[in-house]
Amino acid sequence: MSESTISSAVANGNGGAPQVARVNEAVIRFAGNSQDGIQAIGGFLARLAGRSEQEVMTFMTIPATISGGPSIFQVRIGSGEILSAGDEADVLFAFYQHSYQDHINSVKKGGIVIIDSDHVTPNPDWEKDFRHVPIPISSRTIEAIGGTAKDKGKNLFVLGLVAKMFDLNVPKIEKLVSERFTGKDESIVKTALTAFHAGYGFSVGHLIQNFQFTEAKKKSGSQVVMNGNEALGYGLIAAGVRFGAAYPITPWSDVMELLRRELPKYGGTFVQCEDEIASVSMAIGASFAGRVAVTGSSGPGISLKTEAIGWAVMAEIPLVVVNVQRGGPSTGMPTSVEQSDLNQAVFGGHGDSPRVVLAPTNVKDCFYTAIEAVNIAKKYNVPVFILSDQAIATRIEAFEEPNLEKVCQDITPDLSPVQEYVPYSPSGVTNRVVAGTRILNGKYPIASGLEHDEMGHPGGSPKLHMQMTARRRMKLQRLAAELPTPQVYGPPEGNVLLVGWGSTLGPIREAVDRARAAGDSVSSLHIRHINPLPDGLENVFAGFNHVCVVEMNDEGLYGYGQLGGLLRARFCDPKIRGLTKTDGLTFRVREILERVKTNVATGLRKI
Amino acid sequence: MSEQTIGIPPRGNIVTPVTTPATALPDGERKGLTKKEIAADHPTWCPGCGDFAVLALYFKLIEKRKLWHEKITTVSGIGCSSRFPYFVQGHGAHYLHGRSLPFASGISLTRPDLHLFVFGGDGDAFSIGGNHVNHTARKNIKMTYVIMDNWVYGLTKKQTSPTSPLGFKSKTDIWGAVDQPINPMKQLISAGATFIARTTATNPNHLLQMMEAAMDHDGFSVIECLSECVEFYEGAFDASNPRKGGKFEPVPADHDVTDEVAAYKLANASFPGYFGIFYKNNRPTKNALEAKVNATMQEKVQGKKDWEILQASFSRLK
Repeated sequence: MSESTISSAVANGNGGAPQVARVNEAVIRFAGNSQDGIQAIGGFLARLAGRSEQEVMTFMTIPATISGGPSIFQVRIGSGEILSAGDEADVLFAFYQHSYQDHINSVKKGGIVIIDSDHVTPNPDWEKDFRHVPIPISSRTIEAIGGTAKDKGKNLFVLGLVAKMFDLNVPKIEKLVSERFTGKDESIVKTALTAFHAGYGFSVGHLIQNFQFTEAKKKSGSQVVMNGNEALGYGLIAAGVRFGAAYPITPWSDVMELLRRELPKYGGTFVQCEDEIASVSMAIGASFAGRVAVTGSSGPGISLKTEAIGWAVMAEIPLVVVNVQRGGPSTGMPTSVEQSDLNQAVFGGHGDSPRVVLAPTNVKDCFYTAIEAVNIAKKYNVPVFILSDQAIATRIEAFEEPNLEKVCQDITPDLSPVQEYVPYSPSGVTNRVVAGTRILNGKYPIASGLEHDEMGHPGGSPKLHMQMTARRRMKLQRLAAELPTPQVYGPPEGNVLLVGWGSTLGPIREAVDRARAAGDSVSSLHIRHINPLPDGLENVFAGFNHVCVVEMNDEGLYGYGQLGGLLRARFCDPKIRGLTKTDGLTFRVREILERVKTNVATGLRKI
Repeated sequence: MSEQTIGIPPRGNIVTPVTTPATALPDGERKGLTKKEIAADHPTWCPGCGDFAVLALYFKLIEKRKLWHEKITTVSGIGCSSRFPYFVQGHGAHYLHGRSLPFASGISLTRPDLHLFVFGGDGDAFSIGGNHVNHTARKNIKMTYVIMDNWVYGLTKKQTSPTSPLGFKSKTDIWGAVDQPINPMKQLISAGATFIARTTATNPNHLLQMMEAAMDHDGFSVIECLSECVEFYEGAFDASNPRKGGKFEPVPADHDVTDEVAAYKLANASFPGYFGIFYKNNRPTKNALEAKVNATMQEKVQGKKDWEILQASFSRLK
């Protein structure tokens, strides 16, 4: 599809008269400072794509400091399937010299670099490789909307430029801009639109050619546009969760802010607690008293919650624990992405404390995983982890709107009297009877962290501890048998199988597509159910010579990452090897492909 | 996995809103419970332990106030006194060390239909769980918290507690405690608890009176109950017990319970100090404040089903 990429269109163009080239997709990176409203441009574009039935995915970095600093937002829009935010940008908007210098390497050779000529001096060496377009963005914005708004409005001017370049639907953008500033002073909307039109009307015809996206495939139903944290929060609401408790921490906080704001509409409550331990305890208390409740955090906070999660395993209380992972250990890299909390989720408790761990793969999956987590917790009376990460949390995707009438569920507890209630019989999972329920035989159970008998009363006999430990384990074995074996992406047999989990789904699938297009035998498997693992994976692995577990964590002492370790322990298969990294950035497609090549070349098994 | 017997029996799905769950009591003619019906396991405490009195008076309270099994929820942390829920026939939980208050808060904020009692010791309240006392008090979450204070760690066999007096010889302070003890009353007053009382296990009538008053208080009600550990701190509270030659001094009749400063002055008295209600006010509970938030927010979505409310949010995300 060489005719449909921007760099090829640029190369073919004569650079003279304006012309329109049709493209399948575009990766646009905006680089500036955090106060420039760069995220807002990305947000508008993502939302517009959603309303135009185009696929969209974004990638952003947030500065770790409050006062600002360099910030980027990358948006990939296209008419076909978009799996990742894109390795390299077709177009870079550089607001400052540092933005220009730091991000020129992320642009495709032959790509377009639009610099704010008020702040950026182009480097002649780079002008050979990239098409430079100087535009006095700052001064033109000031000209349009007045001198006081020095740093404001540049983003909308740039949005106007983008709209012009890509022939975007202006009335739709105007509507988006108006909606965004709804409730504010009328003049703010007016100023915003003025800045936008100044950019749109800026004459760049002789400098850049215009592009047009090829028609997107008509999709059934409308799309919603949100980031992963929003999808998680709304998913929990759809699942029937009406109580949660947490403590603020990046990048989890958005979820708690959303739930605090939204739950009251549904008669629910979200409590900001004094600390992580109090929040997990409060959520467990609410779960104990009725419907499944939620707590969440990021790595450091989860560490603090672990004792309580062990209690919920022991007392068999359902609970959803969200971990929006970031770089660790300790305070680590609060605004970077990493998948290094898998071991903590699966094993992070003293004693034998089996719990469920799920990992959503993209924004849409965050919504549905939240519901699945609640239902597993409820059915098996067990804590369920949702391992999201900073990349999914902050990226914006458009996905087909769920059928909410069908999806939303009511998990209000049943308080009608029961004849008897034996919560911990050694032989099975029980449908929980919660406080407030009359038990007609007059025997009431206690939820206990001590090893206990079938009524929850303390008992430490060797036989009882063995029975109860097995009971808690067997629940998860039963769940494993119910889980679907994940589908292989690509042919089910071949040379290399890439195995991934969580937010790496997009780049891994794109790597498979590219490798296959180049004639290599590569397939992939994405595991959503981390603990317990679904049955049948051994049959999938049997079809391949190499199993490469791609994850964003350290290769560990023995050369494979955290899921890799789990799979090796489970399957004792030396062909399972790790492909890991710890740079705090999402995987690039090219990176995976290059690493797979080395990995296979040095592999134990040759083809 | 040969004996795969895990099964889930079906139950009805009666739907009740979370803020006002339906009671399971169609039967208006139920009699109050007898002590025999309330008692569960035989207590594991040492003979002579003060905690027996607290348990006996809890039973008495349930009898007297005609509370039903399913309406009481008994929660505790870890320690000798925290074995409490096992001895009571009713829904209950034996939670983590120091964390009983946030756990109970989760119950309180979702289940206003339950009488919620939390029992624990001085280690739970003033050491490992100290900050939770502050915040539960500050938020004024409705429940009754009885702190059975024995000035020593009993379950772990005589280590210094946060309320052990200076000079108390324990296994962790063989030469005598050197750290300034916490004054529970002062701590609770400054934390903003809305009902604060002090009593002792050796005065059953007073203890019951305090428990009743605490239960009737709409808010976070706390009782410090001196409860002697006969094994590791024998005679600790003799000075407060007339039978042992001590003096049980009630809070002066003219004490204004709404006066925080006066309460603080009472708390300043040296041991055995005063017994009774030190402080009480009617600041709104978090339960009430959250319900108010919900009522306001729900006005805007009146008549809509949950999925329709969510639909409206999604419509703004297009």
